[in-house]
Amino acid sequence: MIAALANPRAFIRFSQWAAPLLGAVAAVLGAIGLWLDFTAPPDYQQGYTIHVMFIHVPAAWMSTFVYACLGGASFIGLVFRHALADAAARAAAPLGAAFTLLALVTGSLWGRPMWGTWWVWDARLTSVLVLFLLYLGYMALDAAIDDEAKAARACSILALVGLINLPIVHYSVVWWNTLHQGPSVFRAGGPAMPPIYLAPLLTMVLAYTAAFGALWLVRIRSEVWRRRAGALALRAAD
Amino acid sequence: MLDFNAGKYAVFVWPAYALTVIVITALVVDTLARARRWRRAVEQAERTAALEASPDRK
Repeated sequence: MIAALANPRAFIRFSQWAAPLLGAVAAVLGAIGLWLDFTAPPDYQQGYTIHVMFIHVPAAWMSTFVYACLGGASFIGLVFRHALADAAARAAAPLGAAFTLLALVTGSLWGRPMWGTWWVWDARLTSVLVLFLLYLGYMALDAAIDDEAKAARACSILALVGLINLPIVHYSVVWWNTLHQGPSVFRAGGPAMPPIYLAPLLTMVLAYTAAFGALWLVRIRSEVWRRRAGALALRAAD
Repeated sequence: MLDFNAGKYAVFVWPAYALTVIVITALVVDTLARARRWRRAVEQAERTAALEASPDRK
């Protein structure tokens, strides 16, 4: 299936039905997640700030998931010189930057009442800030190089180097003593939160993932069209 | 029953939701606008190419 989708025309046909489907799934899951969110009682420790968790945690998970997608696409683009993989990497960067920005700001809005501070330079927060800067660096590098092939190659190398940050983000709360709490969902002994909070959290994670899938497919399609428009303009100029 | 009460934490909870709505809406609008723009550019370029290739032009 992946080999079939590597053809830009086949990919466009696939994205034209898959993107609206994923968008609809995201909307339905988002509505269910928000309903579960605002029917859940306030937490005995966090109070009503628990509501922020249901939008902060999905954004934080997406920030690393999107970077993994960007890194994977960059690897394929660099090794196999596949134009669609370059387009996929390029299309993922602004989405990842937006999710990471949301994770940082919503985390800060939760941290102020719970920790008594907007920001601390602990390992988790700092590594996520580095992730945000990697996204910005990727987009800046892409915009700075006129030759698209050279830009894709340079950006792919940057993205692959940046992959080293993903395990640091994930394990930062295990490797170092951080103000940010440790793993509370995927951990030995099962989730640390009761089902009444786990259900809206996981539903929102699925909604964010579906939303990313829909947006990514449309942005890759736009990138394919942009390149085709450029190629046709060049041919017309000859 | 839906409960939108955020108590004394409303000043932190609602800005977080407002920012999320703004950013996700901006992503959707930007993504769809880009798709429309480049699809139209391709259609226009293909029409121009077809016109130039037509025998009437020669």
